[in-house]
Amino acid sequence: MSQPSLSEALRGVVRRDLLLAMRHRSDVAMSIFFVVIVASLFPLGVGPEAAVLRMIGPGVLWVTALLACLLSLGRLFTADYLDGVLEQTALIPQSLAVLVIGKVFAHWVISGLPVVLLSPLLGLQFGLGGDSLGVLTLSLLLGTPTLSMIGGIGAALTLGLRGSGLLVALLVLPLFVPVLIFGAGAVTSSLAGIGSEANLSLLGACFMLSLAFAPWATAVALRIALE
Amino acid sequence: MAINWFKYSSPQAFLPLAGRMIPWFSVAALASICVGLYIGFFVAPTDFQQGDSYRIIFVHVPAAWMSMFLYVVMAIWAGLGLGLNARPSFMMAQAIAPTGAMFTFLALLTGAMWGKPTWGAWWVWDARLTSELILLFQYVGIILLRASIDDLRRADRASAVLALVGVVNVPIIYFSVKWWNTLHQGASVTMTESKMATPMVAAMLIMMLGFWMYSFAVTLARMRCVILDRERQPSWSKHSSIHDVVEAR
Amino acid sequence: MLQTVALSGSRGQRQLFSDVSVTVRPGTLLAVAGANGSGKTSFLRILCGLLSPDGGTILWQGKDIHQLKELYRAQLMYIGHLNGIKDELTPIENLTLSACLAGDDSSGTTVQKALEAVGLGRPVHLLPTRVLSQGQKRRVALARLWLSTRPLWFLDEPFASLDAVATTYLTQRLQSHLSDGGMVVVSTHQEIALPTDSVQHLRLTQ
Repeated sequence: MSQPSLSEALRGVVRRDLLLAMRHRSDVAMSIFFVVIVASLFPLGVGPEAAVLRMIGPGVLWVTALLACLLSLGRLFTADYLDGVLEQTALIPQSLAVLVIGKVFAHWVISGLPVVLLSPLLGLQFGLGGDSLGVLTLSLLLGTPTLSMIGGIGAALTLGLRGSGLLVALLVLPLFVPVLIFGAGAVTSSLAGIGSEANLSLLGACFMLSLAFAPWATAVALRIALE
Repeated sequence: MAINWFKYSSPQAFLPLAGRMIPWFSVAALASICVGLYIGFFVAPTDFQQGDSYRIIFVHVPAAWMSMFLYVVMAIWAGLGLGLNARPSFMMAQAIAPTGAMFTFLALLTGAMWGKPTWGAWWVWDARLTSELILLFQYVGIILLRASIDDLRRADRASAVLALVGVVNVPIIYFSVKWWNTLHQGASVTMTESKMATPMVAAMLIMMLGFWMYSFAVTLARMRCVILDRERQPSWSKHSSIHDVVEAR
Repeated sequence: MLQTVALSGSRGQRQLFSDVSVTVRPGTLLAVAGANGSGKTSFLRILCGLLSPDGGTILWQGKDIHQLKELYRAQLMYIGHLNGIKDELTPIENLTLSACLAGDDSSGTTVQKALEAVGLGRPVHLLPTRVLSQGQKRRVALARLWLSTRPLWFLDEPFASLDAVATTYLTQRLQSHLSDGGMVVVSTHQEIALPTDSVQHLRLTQ
């Protein structure tokens, strides 16, 4: 009888996904370029007036980060499901919810963290400055892992279904709305000089809440999909 | 005289029972709705600020309340299904979802009909209307998820998980959208009713009752269709119509 | 000791098998046979806990597996139809990670020896698995058996896509596992070359 400890199993899961990402370095680049391109579409659609861009900037950047997360959810579980690695993961004698946190963490490092690191540059494109750039980065730092965790539930529920790309979006976007409101709200209030603490703490609360519940819901959904 | 309720938890026994109950609920629904609409449209006094256009709230507010109640009821059945591994619970959740979605849509439609004469716009980003819109997305998500999964057991359990996740989201959405409304002062319009005269309250409550009766009737009817659809193998359901099933008993 | 009591299973709307009661004692192999679609894979998955049965119980050392949960999972090894290995990683990497996640010895030499035991020595073990043949990929998947110290093995058609040489390797490994007091449940279409007193047969019919 052999059993890995919880931290060994967690490290193993994260290590595997990061190792795979190293073999597919283009995945990281894809997230970055997607965000850059989409963020550039808005000024092209709306006009380059600085005042307008500063007003829509927080929302646009947040929606872009949200869409990037949404589009990358297909990579979270599908490959593992198709090659049998997911059922092996479900058979590991440790809590599947904790292993899900590991997978989501690795996924965030690949798709979410680059967006966070890039955000100050994008913020400058929209005329955000100083404090609000910091708030933007912080809000995305708190928000993108939350979005990945919540998105994991949708990815698990739609595993292997046809048309799952659109379906995941439909299932997960209502769950993303509070994070979007508090995240973009933090930057907007910073720009308005009101102070972003309230929004940021609500964002932090969303993060804690999703950390407590989303992995467990995802694990339940994964076991349902594996039956 | 104790009624053995458990005997009705088998689909075979439930079918004729539901069949007998549906006409009663339908009549009660029709009666309540007619009375409610009469009081709302003709008896309640004209509003001091909004004139007669406010009368649509007698449909809008009960519909909005129903959409939320039904979501919670559906989530309870979903939770029971997952906890007890009981197929009838999943079937109930399946039967409720479309009616809930309908009420949400009705609330949005009547909300727009109210908005036009009152605020001059077909849509306003009011906290309640926006929350209703997101609730509609959640209902549609549950219905579409079930439709996308061919395996019945997986469809039942996956849509149950989604319903439970969604029910946690409903209060969070409401809070966050209200917060968002206060953040953006300019857009804060609220559709709160002005002081309610007694006939108005009466009309609202009667409409609520009517909508509940309607929901019971329609959900039971849909349950029968769900049962017949699922139990296609057993010989007792191999008939061409619901009448035959009841007759053949 | 693994025991099933009146186990029944279905898939979708189809009843696959019912009232299956069988005991697998240490040192025995249970060979599950049946026509295609008779539920062999579902039977194995139910025994692992991946699928829920319609009725009946499964007991490991006398306790219900659904109560044991992780304690039961620590005793078993499941290799299903899917190999459970990553195409982008090399056999060495795949096996090292599998061993690590199973709590087994994942040191370089041990993993290397396991790959050699299935006939995948140098230089094949350093190529990405993607370029290997189906049979070779299956060998990588099965190599886990050489590293495992778990007593209960569930193998779903392990001999499929193996050539005669690999079949011999696998049979020898199964023999040594049974001699150590291990248990194996195998779904297979073919005869396994093991002493008849250690093999039990189960045929799944509706």
